[in-house]
Amino acid sequence: MTSTETAPAIVPQFETDGPSGRKLAIICSKGNLDMAYPGLILANAALGEGVETHVFFTFWGLDMITTARMSDLKFTMLGNTATHLPQGLGGLPGMTALATSRLRKAIAELDVPDVPEFLEQIVASGGHLWACRLSADMNHLTPADLMEDVEGIISASDFIEKTAGAQLLFI
Amino acid sequence: MPVTTLAGHTIHVDDEGFLTDPSEWDDELASVLAAQVGLTLTDEHRAVLEFLRADFHQRGETPTLRRASAGSGVPVKELFRLFPQKPAKKMAYVAGLPKPVGCV
Repeated sequence: MTSTETAPAIVPQFETDGPSGRKLAIICSKGNLDMAYPGLILANAALGEGVETHVFFTFWGLDMITTARMSDLKFTMLGNTATHLPQGLGGLPGMTALATSRLRKAIAELDVPDVPEFLEQIVASGGHLWACRLSADMNHLTPADLMEDVEGIISASDFIEKTAGAQLLFI
Repeated sequence: MPVTTLAGHTIHVDDEGFLTDPSEWDDELASVLAAQVGLTLTDEHRAVLEFLRADFHQRGETPTLRRASAGSGVPVKELFRLFPQKPAKKMAYVAGLPKPVGCV
């Protein structure tokens, strides 16, 4: 090794471990507008990092992929002390609609897409969407009621099997 | 701030290797940077890079994947094809811009 040798080039390390690399499973169980976003944002971030990502929609979370409802998720102040407003206000007529429209506006101002468009972006990024069998049966929903990109209505055990070795988030 | 040399280009970079001075970038350097991350640039790549640089120049911030797609008109799926695995970071690197900081 001589002192005249040039230092190695500094280049970012982008490659992950390839197909056998990191895998993420996200379970979305909430149908409130505010609680739809954490799962979507994390799924999108993981995909952008080359992580294989599967999202399972269960219980109220099924609303996020139900075509009749996905554009109309709501935000309520009721039971949410983080708004730091008197809880009684939240029960007044029209408050949920007002809170929802405020939140929608705040999200749009940050250039964050609404729920259907966000899901489309996740699918375009290679993400996998799955609906929960039991929740679909409970609500009498068939694949025709769900957004087209949902790959299947599957049981909890099927989801666990598909996501073997994955890190898991329950939201 | 480290200085590194790539194929005869002396460039200022951050600890990870992203250029810190966008004015050191040119078309030829783009090909060199692309090769470092295993890419061969085509006109499709270059169109995206052009948008990234113009947007950075305008807003002082590297666009996120979503913004890059909306602004360049290249669908997200295509961006994943052009810059596989970590498109937002790869695009920024090849365009000689800092890593994007936005979440979405």
